[in-house]
Amino acid sequence: MIFVKLQPASQHHPAPSLTQPFPWQAYLLMLPAVGVVGLVFGGGLVLALLQSVGAIGLLGERQISLTAYQAALTNPEFLRSLSLSLYIAVVATGLSTLISIGLALLLRTAGRWASFACQITLPIPHLVGIVGVLLLLSPSGFISRSLYALGWIQSDQDFPLLVNDTANMGVLLHFLWKEVPFITLILLAVLRSINPAYEMQAQILGATPWQRFWNVTLPMMRTGILSSSLIVFGYIFASFEVPFLLGSTRPRTLPVLVYRAFTDSDITRRAEAIALGIILSVLSLLMIVAYSWLVSRGGQKRQFTKDA
Amino acid sequence: MLRKSFIILVIVVLFLPFLPLVIWSFAQGWFFPQLIPNQWTLQHWLQLVSPTSRVIEGLLQSLAIALITTILSLLVGLPAGRAIGVMEFPGKEALKLFLLTPIIVSPLATLMGIQFVLIRLGLNGTLLGVVLVHLMPTIPYMTLVLTSVFANFDTGYETQARSLGASPLQVLSQVTLPLIAPGIVVGALFAFLISWNEFLLTFFVGAGRVFTLPMVLFTLLQGGNNGLVAAVAITSVIPGLLFLLLASKALENDTALGGFGNV
Repeated sequence: MIFVKLQPASQHHPAPSLTQPFPWQAYLLMLPAVGVVGLVFGGGLVLALLQSVGAIGLLGERQISLTAYQAALTNPEFLRSLSLSLYIAVVATGLSTLISIGLALLLRTAGRWASFACQITLPIPHLVGIVGVLLLLSPSGFISRSLYALGWIQSDQDFPLLVNDTANMGVLLHFLWKEVPFITLILLAVLRSINPAYEMQAQILGATPWQRFWNVTLPMMRTGILSSSLIVFGYIFASFEVPFLLGSTRPRTLPVLVYRAFTDSDITRRAEAIALGIILSVLSLLMIVAYSWLVSRGGQKRQFTKDA
Repeated sequence: MLRKSFIILVIVVLFLPFLPLVIWSFAQGWFFPQLIPNQWTLQHWLQLVSPTSRVIEGLLQSLAIALITTILSLLVGLPAGRAIGVMEFPGKEALKLFLLTPIIVSPLATLMGIQFVLIRLGLNGTLLGVVLVHLMPTIPYMTLVLTSVFANFDTGYETQARSLGASPLQVLSQVTLPLIAPGIVVGALFAFLISWNEFLLTFFVGAGRVFTLPMVLFTLLQGGNNGLVAAVAITSVIPGLLFLLLASKALENDTALGGFGNV
């Protein structure tokens, strides 16, 4: 059966009758997804909130107070954990974004096999990456053995500590390894959708390669860069198993701190753990707000430059 | 030349962690500072299939959870993707952002809240409970992919099929679904892999009774038998790599991936 496109421009000027039905139809279509996410995620969050202020308790006890938040915020480890989590998320996201921009630009003109090879870590579970990093970077790992074979180090003591180290090098390297292919894949898709005429035009008008990149290509990649780095930042900030297995033992990242408090043999610390978890969620929510603000500001700016 | 060597360097680094994994899975007593093990063995791979290692059990549980999660999130994501991709309605951006919160906001607090209910419902430590929480990250990804697929979908084809006398069901099965099939493949791929790779959610809600492959790997990692750990790690990578190969065509479908570039 062959269908002829009835209205080639229908995407831009949707016919009111079929492509734009009554809004209630749209809300009905949204209902299952919004319902499940609202019920499971939102419901879970509300229940956590109620538990953290003592409105409901595991054993049925009820006493509303903010002591859990007081305990969480006065926990001597809290601020150190928060800054460690932020440090890891900022450094890992920043570096992977920068590398990904470069890699995506290079892969744009490279062959299919190169793009495919650069996607290799995408489907790999974080846990497998962790095992790989441990067997590669630990003092008796593969790199250490290679350096020994080359005669560069005399024993495993000479090899710098790269896992469970205070600088969290192993954690950062793991995230770079895992997130660079993710951001690159998205940026490649963005780059392919860009009309090359703009860049050619800039070149014809005498722009240097750097000017062309900075003034033409990069602004068009902006939204893609922002949204992919937001996803990556949120993920790394909330990641548990990577800092738990590869990170420094002290200080611990915020998610690890939450887990330790939650599984503490002292069951009264549970409320504090949940309060810490809520604080973690609020911090991530603030990031979404900041992101929306950044994007809308960017939109206005673009509008302005277009008018000028 | 410089470009090419940079790309090759990146690819080498990306593949590097797999090297010790593969060697360890066949190594017998690989002590420092040996660069290559003196003795090779198949013992780790044989141990893998023996019931005491619980790897087969983990594999089956992972598979069941990932498949059910994928199907459920597809059922929920398709209508949502259509609504966001094709229709205009007040509050659309807010709802879209709301659907994305589970992948941006840390799930820890939510998990502790959900556990409270699951314990009362008797769902803590059950397959169903784990599937339920796996939907939190899979629905957003599924919706993102399908939104972008539907945004590039011309509803004129449906209009025409309808005007030629096709029933709504016929339109769905013969027009809409075949046209968006590549996008569905990408969405399903993401959902399956997210569920298959998920650690934290299963760790919390599975309560040690739901034993997926990542749980097996985590438990073994505490034990320190590097050979078996490596063999299990390689096993848990296989479906992901297979999917990547199968979907490599679909992954070049920019309309499906473009969704991530415009959250």
